[in-house]
Amino acid sequence: MSEPAAAVRLTYREAARQGLRAALASDPRVFLMGEDVGRYGGCYAVTKGLLQEFGPERVRDTPLSESAFVGAGIGAAIAGMRPIVEIMTVNFSLLALDQILNNAATLCHMSGGQVNVPLVIRMATGAGRQLAAQHSHSLEGWYAHIPGLRVVAPGTIDDARFMLGAALACPDPVLLFEHIVLYNMEGELTAGLASADIDHAAIRRAGRDVVLMTYGGSLHKCLAAAAALASEGIEAEVLDLRTLRPLDDAAIMDSVRRTHRVVIVDEGWRSGSVAAEVTTRIVEQAFYDLDAPVARVCTAEVPIPYPKHLEDAALPSPERIRETVQRLLARGGAS
Amino acid sequence: MQVDFHLPSLGADMESATLVQWLKKPGEAVHRGEAIAVVETAKGLIDIECFDEAVVGSLIVQPGTKVPVGAVLAQLLSETAGAPPPAKAAVPTPAAAAPARLSPAPLAAAPGGRARISPAARRRAHELGVSVEALERAGAGIVHLEDVEHLAAQAKPPAPDARDAMRIAIGNAMARSKREIPHYYLADTVDFSTARDWLASYNAKVPVGERILEGLLIVKAVALAAARCSGFNGYCRDGRFEPASAVNVGTAIAVRGGGLVAPALLGADRKDLPALMREFSDLVTRVRSGHMRSGEFTAATITVTALGEEGAELLWPIINPPQVAIVGSGRIALQPWVHEGAVVARPVLSLSLAADHRVTDGRAGSRFLRTIAELLATPAKL
Amino acid sequence: MNPAAQPPVTRERALVLLRDMLRIRCFEDRCVQLYGELKIRGFLHLCNGEEAVAVGAMQALQAGDAVVSTYREHGHALARGLAMGPLMAELYGKQNGTSRGRGGSMHIFDAASRFYGGNAIVGGGLPVAIGIALAQKLQHGSGITACFFGDGAVAEGEFHESLNLAALWGLPVLFLCENNLYAMGTAVALVESQTDIASKASAYQVASRAVDGMDVFAVADAATQAAAQVRAGKGPAFLELRTYRFRGHSMFDAQLYRDKAEIEAWQKKGPIITLTTRLKGLGLMNEDDYQRLEREARAEVESAVAFAERGEWEPVAQLERFVYAERPQ
Repeated sequence: MSEPAAAVRLTYREAARQGLRAALASDPRVFLMGEDVGRYGGCYAVTKGLLQEFGPERVRDTPLSESAFVGAGIGAAIAGMRPIVEIMTVNFSLLALDQILNNAATLCHMSGGQVNVPLVIRMATGAGRQLAAQHSHSLEGWYAHIPGLRVVAPGTIDDARFMLGAALACPDPVLLFEHIVLYNMEGELTAGLASADIDHAAIRRAGRDVVLMTYGGSLHKCLAAAAALASEGIEAEVLDLRTLRPLDDAAIMDSVRRTHRVVIVDEGWRSGSVAAEVTTRIVEQAFYDLDAPVARVCTAEVPIPYPKHLEDAALPSPERIRETVQRLLARGGAS
Repeated sequence: MQVDFHLPSLGADMESATLVQWLKKPGEAVHRGEAIAVVETAKGLIDIECFDEAVVGSLIVQPGTKVPVGAVLAQLLSETAGAPPPAKAAVPTPAAAAPARLSPAPLAAAPGGRARISPAARRRAHELGVSVEALERAGAGIVHLEDVEHLAAQAKPPAPDARDAMRIAIGNAMARSKREIPHYYLADTVDFSTARDWLASYNAKVPVGERILEGLLIVKAVALAAARCSGFNGYCRDGRFEPASAVNVGTAIAVRGGGLVAPALLGADRKDLPALMREFSDLVTRVRSGHMRSGEFTAATITVTALGEEGAELLWPIINPPQVAIVGSGRIALQPWVHEGAVVARPVLSLSLAADHRVTDGRAGSRFLRTIAELLATPAKL
Repeated sequence: MNPAAQPPVTRERALVLLRDMLRIRCFEDRCVQLYGELKIRGFLHLCNGEEAVAVGAMQALQAGDAVVSTYREHGHALARGLAMGPLMAELYGKQNGTSRGRGGSMHIFDAASRFYGGNAIVGGGLPVAIGIALAQKLQHGSGITACFFGDGAVAEGEFHESLNLAALWGLPVLFLCENNLYAMGTAVALVESQTDIASKASAYQVASRAVDGMDVFAVADAATQAAAQVRAGKGPAFLELRTYRFRGHSMFDAQLYRDKAEIEAWQKKGPIITLTTRLKGLGLMNEDDYQRLEREARAEVESAVAFAERGEWEPVAQLERFVYAERPQ
């Protein structure tokens, strides 16, 4: 579909835009709709220029009607199109929960397999910009709870560029989460890379003493923590989960088998979270490989406060990750 | 007075912008609320406004330059201005509540005396032959992988005569069994001709590597009987019988240099004869080469023991605790057998049962043996 | 609108209204500067151009009434009577802010004046507003609930559900739709099949009219009449206040979706200029009055900034407070 890219320096935002452009250019069934994706250029400027390039039939501004336009995306997908619905942020997806759960996730099953929903929903997610309680949610874990959905979280420039293509090729509904603090992140596309899968986790840093498992906006925090730990002689592996539903159990257990100590970093609240699910799977499948209890670094159980110092204290940080690893490696394990 | 004009932050995630155009020249007046320059951001071109009545002094940043939020763009002359530069978000560094580095000292042992050994450490201990008791003595509190490695390295070198060690271990187990389990003994003789003939014709049709041993027919029959007759498959612990959900038949295998081990064929009642044969062969190979897995030693729920072609016709075995039954099969030999009133020569198998009288009695034991015999009489169904 | 039917415009009343609008305008402009200096963070939505809606509507409300608003709420809060210092401190995130700094610009609350936020979800306040009105009705008081929202909210399902239910149950809600012609970056004409928003409310059997939102007297009169109706138990009422937003949707807005010419045209008929011109024409005020009022407004804003600057940051150790209601010890 797209040609392999030479090593190019760009932002995560630009990589996402390239992914959208490639999708729109290569498949006439693909169209994009959402609030302010056209004339405004996208709340986070991801879709800037696409309306001008592809026209209003392919790039559609919608009214503020999440339930209606997500439902419309479902319908269009059933009827042969390949819609990309942008819900401005995961915070507004709550208005479309019924469509996502009771239709997108469920139509295939309820129809005995006659109908499938090849819909991609892109959403900005996460906290860290002082947007306060109603604009800072990380609900990837909620959606990962639901059978019938695929949930992915691109945490790197390569994934921002190529996960969308893989999501569009998937015959099932895919929710693709872009963390807001990643949009300005700069980096290089890997030379020669032409695609990505949405089925596997990826080891971003090999290690030996502990594995940090994470996704999305917490990936760069884990890499920073790992770099700091290395200077103390602790070699931390960093596993980017990439796909939250389904989870890549094989990769998770492989890391556990080699390192024996696990820290899961998840920006959701810990109760009933992705971190809780991964911990349970490790207990189920690799219990005898654990040398200490599984530790979690999650957001404090409080609605995200507006002032920066309180928000920073609530969210996972490289410092908290580092401290958790140090406690874990001491006798007895974490907590 | 001269005042710096900084690039303002225009958005939550704006970190920098490129100056595109100055809207005012040095010496020109600019009014409060008027746009003074145009910058380019990720979202597009945005005017930046001046908040004071001022006159433009010098323009510092040239069009086309990308600068971070807070950078000085120009200098203005103003009577009323006095705005401070954009502070790096003026927040307090939260009092670093860094937790004290946990000391590596061991935690107190768990109440009740149960050793707190990590799963990985426990498994490694088994692999290395380090006993749980040794771990408990050594690691006050919590035992990790590294403690086990350490302990194993310190352990006394293995006894020079491995055979003696094994004999002692077997002896201890058998003594305990005799001491604690009230054994009762039953025996039965079985006409093995049907089974033997069936097996011969089966084996004739398959390659040598897939031929099935007679002993496996007995193992399968015992497994099926154990699944049907309650009280013979499981463990008796603290005087209470715990029936096992799977039938894992321990098969006694001689170890090179003397000694006997009885690793299990798991779920033997559910596997067909070829599968059982393959697994048995694999077990034998690994026992002889010393590559057993820990689970295989502890998983047997009932044992079958045979002395082979050189053995006695009838044996009285001893139960392997915590199992509750053991079936012995003696040498299958041609014996006189009464068939329809006449005496004929038949291959006869003597089956013996030793069982735990806390769990079953002679009546149940007889039924169990009878079931085995009936199964052996219809070998095609095994 | 028939000028003859209007109550006489007195100098006293007019200057109060002008002062209130200037307080809002000066506050909002100061916020732009403070945001640029990183004192205010997150999302900041300003109401320059819409001051007449806030000030005019609040003329119709009493102390016992409740107010539900949106993220573009500074004007509503100031007009309702919230003190400027704590409001500014809230934008700073300081402990002496209206929500102890926890909410920020989009989440202003003041229980004493029955100001119930401050909602970042478009349309999110309407169901809450009808609930407050329901309680008012069940409690047989004379209070009503004023619910502010924008033209964007009209597209959300919550709008339709709320209007229907309010009408069905005869709830004392005064629905105030601030139609500033853009929902973030999307023009009303591009997202509404029926752009006459007032007529949508009529379809739900809610007494409804459109008002020139740039004329503070027109807004005040219409709101007073509508509130009286609601107070008399005649069910909910709806005003579509036609206005315009002079600044972007929020701070970080390149406004690619509208022309500068359009903005400038509307600025020339903004609420402050409109009132000032009219009052000067009637001989009710002069330029000195205007300058004095503006100076006073700016001085009040500076005091508020000083109040915010003095405020303390809430200690991190208290992070997990206020998740649940605190029981008396």
